[in-house]
Amino acid sequence: MKHTLSVLVENHPGVLSRIAGLFSRRGFNIDSLAVGTTEVPDISRMTIVVNGDDYIVEQVKKQLNKLIDVIKISEIDPVNSVTRELVLIKVNADTSSRSEIIQIVEVFRANIVDVNKDSMIIEVVGDEGKVNAMQELLSQYGIKELVRTGVIGLNRGPKTIK
Amino acid sequence: MNTTGAEALIRSLEKKGVEIIFGYPGGSVLQIYDLLRDSSIKHVLTRSEQAAAHAASGYSRVTGRVGVCLATSGPGATNLITGIATAYMDSIPLVAITGQVSTDMIGKDVFQEVDITGATAPFTKHNYLVKDVKELPRIVKEAFYIASTGRPGPVLIDIPKDVAAAVFEYTYPERVDIRGYKPNYEGHPLQIQKAVKAINRARQPVICAGGGVVSSGCHNELLKLAEKCKIPVAMTLMGLGSIPGEHELALGMFGMHGTYFANKAVSQADLIIAAGARFGDRAIGKRDKFAPNAKIVHIDIDPAEIGKNIDTYIPIVGDLKRVLAKILEGTEEVKEREWLNTIKKLKTEHPLKYEKSEKLKPQFVIEKLYQLTRGRAIVSTEVGQHQIWTAHFYKFSEPRRFITSGGLGTMGYGFPAAIGAQLGRPEERVITISGDGSFQMNLPELATALENNLPIKIIVLNNGTLGMVRQLQDFYCNGRHSCVDFKFVPDFSRIAESYGALGVRIQREDEVEDALKTVLNSDKPAVADVIIDSDEKVFPMVLNNSPLSEMIGGY
Repeated sequence: MKHTLSVLVENHPGVLSRIAGLFSRRGFNIDSLAVGTTEVPDISRMTIVVNGDDYIVEQVKKQLNKLIDVIKISEIDPVNSVTRELVLIKVNADTSSRSEIIQIVEVFRANIVDVNKDSMIIEVVGDEGKVNAMQELLSQYGIKELVRTGVIGLNRGPKTIK
Repeated sequence: MNTTGAEALIRSLEKKGVEIIFGYPGGSVLQIYDLLRDSSIKHVLTRSEQAAAHAASGYSRVTGRVGVCLATSGPGATNLITGIATAYMDSIPLVAITGQVSTDMIGKDVFQEVDITGATAPFTKHNYLVKDVKELPRIVKEAFYIASTGRPGPVLIDIPKDVAAAVFEYTYPERVDIRGYKPNYEGHPLQIQKAVKAINRARQPVICAGGGVVSSGCHNELLKLAEKCKIPVAMTLMGLGSIPGEHELALGMFGMHGTYFANKAVSQADLIIAAGARFGDRAIGKRDKFAPNAKIVHIDIDPAEIGKNIDTYIPIVGDLKRVLAKILEGTEEVKEREWLNTIKKLKTEHPLKYEKSEKLKPQFVIEKLYQLTRGRAIVSTEVGQHQIWTAHFYKFSEPRRFITSGGLGTMGYGFPAAIGAQLGRPEERVITISGDGSFQMNLPELATALENNLPIKIIVLNNGTLGMVRQLQDFYCNGRHSCVDFKFVPDFSRIAESYGALGVRIQREDEVEDALKTVLNSDKPAVADVIIDSDEKVFPMVLNNSPLSEMIGGY
């Protein structure tokens, strides 16, 4: 079962390695991890997707909380939240397949951000389901390269985790 | 006032009331050592950095204060690691200070450079690489605060050479405010109420006391609760001394090498009150068979320990001393408890025992030592059979008298820890009970003991083998002994003499009392090389994957 954790941390060098280290030494699996600064310059927010049962996720939260650089942790509600991931996909596209691919891109409300004679780069923003569906459809043409940012998310409503 | 980073460090340490630092100098800490010469802080030069960390840890364990150790960059820092990890596993407050190469050289693999903050991240409570000298006073203050509050633990401060030399205007911060670190001391009142109810209802309760009793200093509250509600107390290795070992409610140690009656009591209990104990693997036996009929009240300052190893019925996160005081208020006094008759029967029918033979038995030596010191010594041990024999046969009357590496199981810990202990409590008699394997790991510290006139007594239970591993090989490798028997063992009494310490050799039971008296009465460091039966085993023993109630031997 996947859980998405939103973690506010001190914006110091070395914090990422502390968190990554904690996951590896305690045997927790990270599905994805996205980091960036927040509206407060000395605080960063990490969105971590963890795969595990309730016991594992409880442990992950408690162990993360023990790190001095971790300020606050909250779980992104799987239903009442907005989660997004950005993916860039470089896919084979010659004259014969290009129009089909453009159609797929339109259906998924994705963007074509680069084109050359053999391939194009497609930018998809969405939740994991959309991104996976897009990837699967495009794989028939041959995906040359792919990069994902990892999931980020916020709970809906006025509540914040600060 | 303008000072260098090194001056700011020493001043901040003085301000924190640090009276002693255990360390070893080197190229990256020259400025710091230069200032230590004139500081009110005493510096104790060990013979290796590892011993400095262990000594700081021993000092901390007996005094309850933060231990401080200091080493240079690179190998100096890596040598501290075992000591830091030992302190981390046993939740001992330590501040370790390391030198580092200059900030502009970091990452360039220069002479004696190592990423010590990276290396120690998994087993420090927190660590700092000081990149800006202006942050140094705040970091020192935070380090002591983090090390000594909440669940205590080691904190490392890595100070590059140029930061130590940099000049800045020094001010010492008045307050500490770390937004990511707010330990919770007050247990939740509702949870405490639930615990009180559970205790009032229980017919067969057992308290499992761990190292948290020692670090929160709540042995009085614990004893009062045990006596008021007539609850027997089993202790973990770290919790020994939580209640006096000779008390009628004391069950001694439970766990893999627990006493028969402690393990049986825990297994038959209908309520376990775990007080500052983390249900470590060596304490609980087969996990899903631990205390099968018991509801579990788990009180711990560290929320991450709750539910980690054992499911808990009533979790309480808070300072044990405060929580126990509140529980004590709420509980009803118990006049009679049938359960105690069962316990008494277990104790009298299955006491700790060992078979006498021609050869000298280690348990006998420890019993004698206990009698001769009337239980009033501070005893440190190394790790192995002698450690468990000590835990069984030396009855500790109060906390902070038994100094041992419980979590990490660090051989070579006991003797340097005794050096720290003796310096922390100069008026006490400090004894190290050791094995011939462990003693050889930090034997050169005899020089430190002599140099500082520390009359530590080292009792080497010498069986010429790594007894605990040998015993494991007996049980798990069909008795095929591999690389455990030493083909050469020195005469430790003569080694002691060459250092200028007193050395005696004991080989027969009838020599024990007089020889131990000579050792104990000496005002010098002294080593008793005690030749014991190498086939003697540690019993009782719970085999891997067995529940605590199934023990072999020794009762």
